[in-house]
Amino acid sequence: MFGATALHAALALVPLDRDVQVDLLAAERIDTAGAWALSLLRRRLEQAGRGMTVTGAGETTLAFLRTVDAAIPDGDQPARPRRRLVDGLEHLGRGAAGGVGFLLDLTGYLGLFLARLARSVLHPRGFRLTSLVHHCQEVGLKAVPIVAVMAFLIGVVLAFQGAAQLRQFGAEIFVVDLIAISILRELGILLTAIIVAGRTASAYTAAIGSMKMREELDAMRTLGLDPADVLFVPRILALLLMLPILGLVANVAGLLGGALMAWLELGISPAMFQTRLVEGTGMGHVLVGMIKAPVFALIIGVVGCHAGMQVERDTESLGRMTSNAVVTAIFAVILTDAVFSIFFAQVGL
Amino acid sequence: MTQGAPASLQPEPVIALRGLRNQFGTHVVHENLDLDVRRGEILGVVGGSGTGKSVLLRSIVGLQRPAAGTITVLGTDVLSASDEERKALEARWGVMFQDGALFSSLTVRENVEVPLRAVPGLDPAVRVALADLKVAMAGLLPLAGDKYPSELSGGMRKRAGLARALALDPEIVFLDEPTAGLDPIGASAFDALILNLSRSMGLTVFLVTHDLDTLHAVCDRVAVLAEKKVLVTGTMREMLDVDHPWVREYFHGPRARAALGAASNGQD
Repeated sequence: MFGATALHAALALVPLDRDVQVDLLAAERIDTAGAWALSLLRRRLEQAGRGMTVTGAGETTLAFLRTVDAAIPDGDQPARPRRRLVDGLEHLGRGAAGGVGFLLDLTGYLGLFLARLARSVLHPRGFRLTSLVHHCQEVGLKAVPIVAVMAFLIGVVLAFQGAAQLRQFGAEIFVVDLIAISILRELGILLTAIIVAGRTASAYTAAIGSMKMREELDAMRTLGLDPADVLFVPRILALLLMLPILGLVANVAGLLGGALMAWLELGISPAMFQTRLVEGTGMGHVLVGMIKAPVFALIIGVVGCHAGMQVERDTESLGRMTSNAVVTAIFAVILTDAVFSIFFAQVGL
Repeated sequence: MTQGAPASLQPEPVIALRGLRNQFGTHVVHENLDLDVRRGEILGVVGGSGTGKSVLLRSIVGLQRPAAGTITVLGTDVLSASDEERKALEARWGVMFQDGALFSSLTVRENVEVPLRAVPGLDPAVRVALADLKVAMAGLLPLAGDKYPSELSGGMRKRAGLARALALDPEIVFLDEPTAGLDPIGASAFDALILNLSRSMGLTVFLVTHDLDTLHAVCDRVAVLAEKKVLVTGTMREMLDVDHPWVREYFHGPRARAALGAASNGQD
């Protein structure tokens, strides 16, 4: 096989105007590449009305030559279609239609979740409380450390950067308002949602997707269990319950980090920080932040479950859908946050 | 291709296992296991579930390091071989895993091309042609070359896995449960394929199987794994006379009788 290219090139130079005799007596062993090159030569000779005979080969070698010859695909391979402009346009159109279909699909899953949730409320006996508690622990409790540390550090950074700017105007005390408003209104819940999207949307997709790959979902259906009841409702509901709590944790941790830094950097004592916080920052900011939490939770949960259901039988689709779920969830969360900001600015909250 | 050596002149075995011992934690799978595989033969390895058939295959090809013993393949000691020796050896064997183990991000043709890419100086056009040839030799239609593994049925994945294992014209192929999960028609077609390829390419085949029909149809010899070692080796006919409870149960059970009947009918 090492000389296959050379052999093929050499045999291409064989003149086609007479019969050819191939003597294999000196060949110890012939491999597939050699047999293939000989078969191609025979075909060319036969097309030119000539023949090829093989001598000096044992019975096994001849059998091998026949096996290879029989396996060579007949005729020319069909030419690969060239890509044209129309194909590009079609591709674009399909992409756009796919995007719209994806949004409709997500809406469908949201509706499915709400319908199943409503049924669970009306018939609480079939509700899966154990599963809900389990997912609350996975999604909520186990995320507390990372969310708290992240928010604490964000508070530290805000205080540090704010202090450097505000000190120029002698307005150090306003660093409290800066920290409080930015964390309570925006950053606390937004960054929590982003972390949860990375942690939980991927976990939902991977769990549901691998169950789908191993036909567990089909097994559920044949046993009369509805995957939406068993898988979606506890997962999305757990997010719905836990994300506001995680957002609160982030708010508290962020304020603590900011207070600590304000104390060390600007000499604003914790007591002064507290007084200024209560006086300068209304409850409205907290409400504006927290009202977004359930919406983010629904987005993350629905995107994660939907992506899990799109996994096919191959492992590659599992990886692709998991990363899709994370990207989609984070993007949708940020987009929604922007829409909320515009809305609140318009209504004057 | 050397074949038909006289029986009295026993050639050096291509695979020789001596005193092999495999264990996972305290669980010993193989203990003092000896096995010879002769050149050009098709050896079927059978044994109950959990007797370590696949572990045996994996330790020969170097995927599982045994706790003790020696493994010699084509004259090379697998366990103490240097990286170059191992590389040279790996080009002389091919392994087909149970579900094909095809690379899911590559088409079937590209899968078969993977080992061919290691051949220095092989023209890309020739490489593609050789890959297509191997795909066809494994009994797949030419169109299958452009498909991804996820688009293939189980039987087609096995054939594609065989095509990849045969890409470098190996001297030995290891087949892990080649007919498991195939329908009877597909399974006997695969048996015929193995038999035909091994005879025409002069292959030595190490075949792990549960399929009694495969044992009858293609195997020259059978090795029975039991009691942590190779209990007995011999032809199918010799297996019928072995006096060991598991071997008797296996080769005299109702399924064995049906397979034997089918095999002797086929010979008439």
